[in-house]
Amino acid sequence: MKHVLPIAGMLLGLAVLAACTPQPTATAPAATMAPSKIATASTATTAPPRFTPPAETAIPADPLGEVIRAGRAIFTDTPGHAGAYVGNGLSCSNCHLDAGRRADSAPLWGAWGMYPQYRKKNGHVNSFGERLQGCFEYSMNGKAPPLDSPEIVALETYAWWMAQGAPVGVKLPGAGYPKVGKPPQPPDYARGAAVYARNCALCHGANGQGQQVAGRDVFPPLWGPQSFNWGAGMHQLDNAAAFIQANMPFSRGGTLDAQDAWDVAMFMDAHERPQDPRYTGNVEETRKRFHDTPMSLYGTEINGHMLGEPGRGR
Amino acid sequence: MRALSRRLLALAVVAMPAVPWPAQAIDAAAIARQGNGKGAAPCIACHGVDGAGQAQAGNPRLAGLDAAYLQKQLDDFASGARASAVMRPTAGALSADERHALAVYYSRLPLPRSLARPAAPVPPADGLGARLATRGDWDRDVPGCVQCHGPGGVGVGAHFPPLAGQPAAYIAAQLRAWQQGTRHNDPLQLMQHLSAALNAQDIQAVSVWFAAQPLPAAGTP
Repeated sequence: MKHVLPIAGMLLGLAVLAACTPQPTATAPAATMAPSKIATASTATTAPPRFTPPAETAIPADPLGEVIRAGRAIFTDTPGHAGAYVGNGLSCSNCHLDAGRRADSAPLWGAWGMYPQYRKKNGHVNSFGERLQGCFEYSMNGKAPPLDSPEIVALETYAWWMAQGAPVGVKLPGAGYPKVGKPPQPPDYARGAAVYARNCALCHGANGQGQQVAGRDVFPPLWGPQSFNWGAGMHQLDNAAAFIQANMPFSRGGTLDAQDAWDVAMFMDAHERPQDPRYTGNVEETRKRFHDTPMSLYGTEINGHMLGEPGRGR
Repeated sequence: MRALSRRLLALAVVAMPAVPWPAQAIDAAAIARQGNGKGAAPCIACHGVDGAGQAQAGNPRLAGLDAAYLQKQLDDFASGARASAVMRPTAGALSADERHALAVYYSRLPLPRSLARPAAPVPPADGLGARLATRGDWDRDVPGCVQCHGPGGVGVGAHFPPLAGQPAAYIAAQLRAWQQGTRHNDPLQLMQHLSAALNAQDIQAVSVWFAAQPLPAAGTP
């Protein structure tokens, strides 16, 4: 199963949306791939080339560019620009750094060309737009904007623009989060708590609730009622460990070893959070249907508490 | 009743020199104005009577900053963990209780009116300073400053001090100090690491951008 564009919320509440004055397209660096390289990439024998998305200044100053910028605005301040569909304080850019541009941070340019895609999560072929809807339902703990809504169209347009020149149907280097190898020892809550205290509490707070200024998340909550819900990709240990090792602490990605990353992912994901929207009315049954993997702690007992039990963490 | 309170007052005055007073009895405002008489210079000499700092001299604003942040800096100056020819002897001449009292005192001062409108015009939104401040430069692993220091650089909690409205000379000097390793009291070495990626032009541009950011309305720190 491909973990393209995994979901959910961590560091980094925002990126201020200063009014940006784009340069004309012609003056900006374009996507870096020459057509010949794209041809190379499509053969299975050679590794696909590294992809560099176009510079932000290359967003055209025309009606198309306006929608691209609207997509960027939603992406970096989701509650501020798509508030009707967001049930927490998170923004897309919390888990997709640099406004969705950052390699190894599930960049939009790495996801765009991988859809439509069959997803085990819902058992059918998903368009890119439907994949975005999933982000809203789970990572943002909100509700799905209609496929033809301005929000989805803007986000699609932003992703499309960013992927210009990228091959279709090719998993590019830097797409998704780089998988973290199995740790020497099984993930451990107590060790994770220590890793958290050393590396994460500075920004996310000792209680995991992030830090807010003027009602906005600067550092996002990692668990609890204002974080991603039990259906979000980030609640899975492998996804969380991968994101964390590549990208956390913020600006110091790659400094935690695999054991630390798994341990702290386990610590984060062993906390209570909003219910899975697919909840059947019974935790055990919900686990069996949607969380039947050692990568999910939903419906398991941690420190004497059954995770996902209604009434906790909402 | 009145006589009683007068007698109590007299008693208190008599008792004062003999009994060591708890921290809350330290008159931080007086120390700020006059020093502590034991070698600590008056704060207002460099940071202004209202704690607004002095832009020309590059002395930072203290008014309205987070108390825990201020206390850590004072403690670090005193211990030498943060180097400063001026602040080392000053903070070192303050007792731990006095440093605490001053940190609380300055954190509670209202934002000075003089800073409500920045002295310099805000640099263009598509310029280098704005770009580094709000977007960063991820090709160099540099996030936007506001991603930790808050929208517009208003500051976040005890570890991410406000940059908005601080003197450009102060911000630039700190970035250079992080870069050269002369300042190294940052959590997780975040600033030492980030500043290493910046060049002189970056530092100048981003410092000027933050110095020109407006502060929230006076009186609402």
